[in-house]
Amino acid sequence: MTVAARPSRFALGRRFLKDPVLWIAVALIFLLVGLFVGFPVYKLLERSLFVNGQFSLQTYADLFQKSYYLRPFFNSLHVGVVTALIGTLVAFVFAYALNRTNVPFKGLFRSVALLPIISPPFLLALAAIFLFGNQGYFTKLLGIDFQIWGFNGLVLTETLSYFPIAFIILEGVLRGIDPALEEAAFNLGGSRLRVFLTVTLPLAVPGLASALLLVFVESLADFGNPMVIGGRYTVLSSEAYFAIQSFNIPRGIALAIMLLVPPLVAFLLQHYWVSRRSRVTVTGKPSSSNLKQVPRVLRVSLTFIVFFLSGIILLFYGMVIFGSLAQAWPFDNTLTLNNYYQALNRAGEHFKDTLLIAGIATPISGILGMIVAFLVVRKRFAAKNLLEFSTMLTFALPGTVVGIGYILAFNRQPLLLTGTALIIGLAFVFRNMPVGVRAGVASLQQIDKSIEEASTNLGAGTTRTFTCITLPMILPAMFAGMAYSFVKCMTAISAVIFLVSGKWQLVTVEILGQIDNGNYSMAAALSTLVILICLGVLAVMWLFVGRSAMERIVGGN
Amino acid sequence: MPSSNTIQLKGVNKVFGEGENRVVAVDDLTLEIAQGEMVTLLGPSGCGKTTTLRMVAGFETPSSGDIYIGGSAVNQVAPNKRDTAMVFQSYGLFPHMTVFENVAYGLKIRKVPRKEMRNRVLEVLELTGLKGLDRRAPQQLSGGQQQRVALSRAIVVQPKVLLFDEPLSNLDAKLRVEMRGELRKLQQRLSITSLYVTHDQEEAMSISDRLCVMHQGKAQHIGNPTEVYARPANRFVADFIGQANFLEGTVERTNGQRVQLRVLNALLDAPLHRGSLAIGDRVEVLVRPEGVDLTDRGRGDMDGVIQFAQYTGARATYEVKLEGGNRLTVESANPQERGLRSQGEVVGVLLHRKSLHVLPKEG
Repeated sequence: MTVAARPSRFALGRRFLKDPVLWIAVALIFLLVGLFVGFPVYKLLERSLFVNGQFSLQTYADLFQKSYYLRPFFNSLHVGVVTALIGTLVAFVFAYALNRTNVPFKGLFRSVALLPIISPPFLLALAAIFLFGNQGYFTKLLGIDFQIWGFNGLVLTETLSYFPIAFIILEGVLRGIDPALEEAAFNLGGSRLRVFLTVTLPLAVPGLASALLLVFVESLADFGNPMVIGGRYTVLSSEAYFAIQSFNIPRGIALAIMLLVPPLVAFLLQHYWVSRRSRVTVTGKPSSSNLKQVPRVLRVSLTFIVFFLSGIILLFYGMVIFGSLAQAWPFDNTLTLNNYYQALNRAGEHFKDTLLIAGIATPISGILGMIVAFLVVRKRFAAKNLLEFSTMLTFALPGTVVGIGYILAFNRQPLLLTGTALIIGLAFVFRNMPVGVRAGVASLQQIDKSIEEASTNLGAGTTRTFTCITLPMILPAMFAGMAYSFVKCMTAISAVIFLVSGKWQLVTVEILGQIDNGNYSMAAALSTLVILICLGVLAVMWLFVGRSAMERIVGGN
Repeated sequence: MPSSNTIQLKGVNKVFGEGENRVVAVDDLTLEIAQGEMVTLLGPSGCGKTTTLRMVAGFETPSSGDIYIGGSAVNQVAPNKRDTAMVFQSYGLFPHMTVFENVAYGLKIRKVPRKEMRNRVLEVLELTGLKGLDRRAPQQLSGGQQQRVALSRAIVVQPKVLLFDEPLSNLDAKLRVEMRGELRKLQQRLSITSLYVTHDQEEAMSISDRLCVMHQGKAQHIGNPTEVYARPANRFVADFIGQANFLEGTVERTNGQRVQLRVLNALLDAPLHRGSLAIGDRVEVLVRPEGVDLTDRGRGDMDGVIQFAQYTGARATYEVKLEGGNRLTVESANPQERGLRSQGEVVGVLLHRKSLHVLPKEG
């Protein structure tokens, strides 16, 4: 038998005519991702190859020689590695205690562990100053100088800031390991330690690797904490910002390039190595297990550790609230609500701008994320892997790199966007979309594709199937993506600090300015307001999703 | 309903992958389904039956060959423009819509006026025994009811052809038997041209006008159920449909319509349905379990020993070891009257000449 291939000349045209909407959507998404993810990075690389308009590798030669490049590079790596190790360990203890043992107050501990996700990135640094700064309460109480400025402070605040991400990953991994596997090992006579070492831990290794890489990347990209508590300990993100601030563009570009490399390596490791080694298979609903009855000693010590860590987090947040109520810490500690009045009066415009941009960017990134997820999971088209890869790549790009890339890419006609709200919104949309894409992909993979095929079969085109069938089914994923996106809009600083202008101001930038001026109490009040807004919006979203068809979908056939 | 709702597949191939991963899922399949006919694609998993169905629906595009629905070529027609309606294996019900909304979905797309839509939906729901359940969510229904919703949703749009992708495989055994009867009655009543896919040969036999038995992408035998069962085209079909015993033999004499075979020590006269055989050819004789009678030692075509006996009330099943080591599964209906044989007993084996089917030896 021979299969005669159809003349391929017309194949593309025919496929286009069969489903034009699909192809237009794919083309549009490629264009957008290319323009707002690829192009700025390309611009950055291009500019790095030219010195004074001449092609030159001087920038790269300098990277390996000049200490003003090498020092922040190794400092960043140092902080990143230490933070990743401690953060992942803490996260694993939390995840193991909450999912494999019978420690009390699980709901409370989980909420506390997730709290840092919804706060501005420098909030914990602010709290660290209240506690361990030169005038800090602990410093004065114990009379010890903690040397909070620099490496110690960065590791402390970044660990607390980013271990929640590792916690989410590891909790997912542990939940994905069927307790029956561990029960089988016990049944064969293994001790608890042996079962942990030979079953639980090996199965969690890919998850641990993912968590390590992610915390490392987050720590490296962190901008807020180094700005507040870095002191003279120079790291790449803040150095790049200072370079751009002082109009030393080439140096800013060079530092941005250095900042770009480690996350890219980590991303590629994750993409091509770690994810291939994942052996966790979801085999229906994990049965409830009796293994949670752990020995008393273990239970008490795990409870103590989790309690202690939660206590630290709560202490940090309490400190920010406390600090916000002081007239002007550390000089005048009288309790007052004055800072809040001031905050709403003076920074009202900032809140308005932030909320407006966030309010528009959030639904756009949510819907765009679902469209990309739909295309990636359900449709077959050329360069599909490239699309998925490049949207995920966005996630690995440090905000500072994106910010510098944006000002290089969009500072002249016909793409003159600098100074507008649009460029801030675009940065938000494309930086936050990947989380929605991931949630959408995960959600769609759980949904039987014959549901959508039934819609097509009954005569619905791609658009109708997506809006009437797919979108309602993955609504929870969209809201998850939107919740993340909104919180990020409210709390992000690293990319957008390059994009704000006199006309469009963001709250986070204002907070940083207040810290810079030593107005710690004012900064604390603003931060508290940001957290309250995030919590409020999250609560509303949760109510909305709860009321929607979510339960019906969860109980689906 | 117009009389031209036929399905034709002409030399259809489907190849997945390239190079080392190249898999020929469907291999040169030609099949015609007449108006109102129900044809079943039957075969083990991976035989290409579902791929074929999905090509008719438009979810897969043939690598070569043409598909016609109602006489017009549909290779270049998008799946949503084909006017086929499919009943999916997992039903594919819209979880966020009620039963009514599910069934009305296709009518809404066809812009059927509201009032007519309502009447048609309720009419179909009554026809499929779902009356009064229209406001339920699919998740509130039993498996059998969900299946009926899927069926209702497909037939309400009065499609040119109905496509069934293993629609009963998610039901329990008893319901499956019940539903297949209902399904067949409804299909006959509405006279909808139907293509049905299943791996369950009993289901296929009981509901189809014709079967297309597939294996490794190729149609092995296309014919009506009795023909496929009694006179299968080859050993695969014989083995796949029902239970089969094969005895080797040699042609002693032939006249084109009948052959005389030597099987073990016996001389058998058998009808020749397929191909031609020459004297001395090696053949395989298909013996169905119910085509054998057990009698007293020495009074059959050959003798054998009962190795294993199973009594299930309406019938008894025996495993008989013949002289020379061949084993034969024998099914005896009404064992009460014929008398039960017991393990170890030596019996005579009598083969019904009419039900013997001679196949040339393969390989």
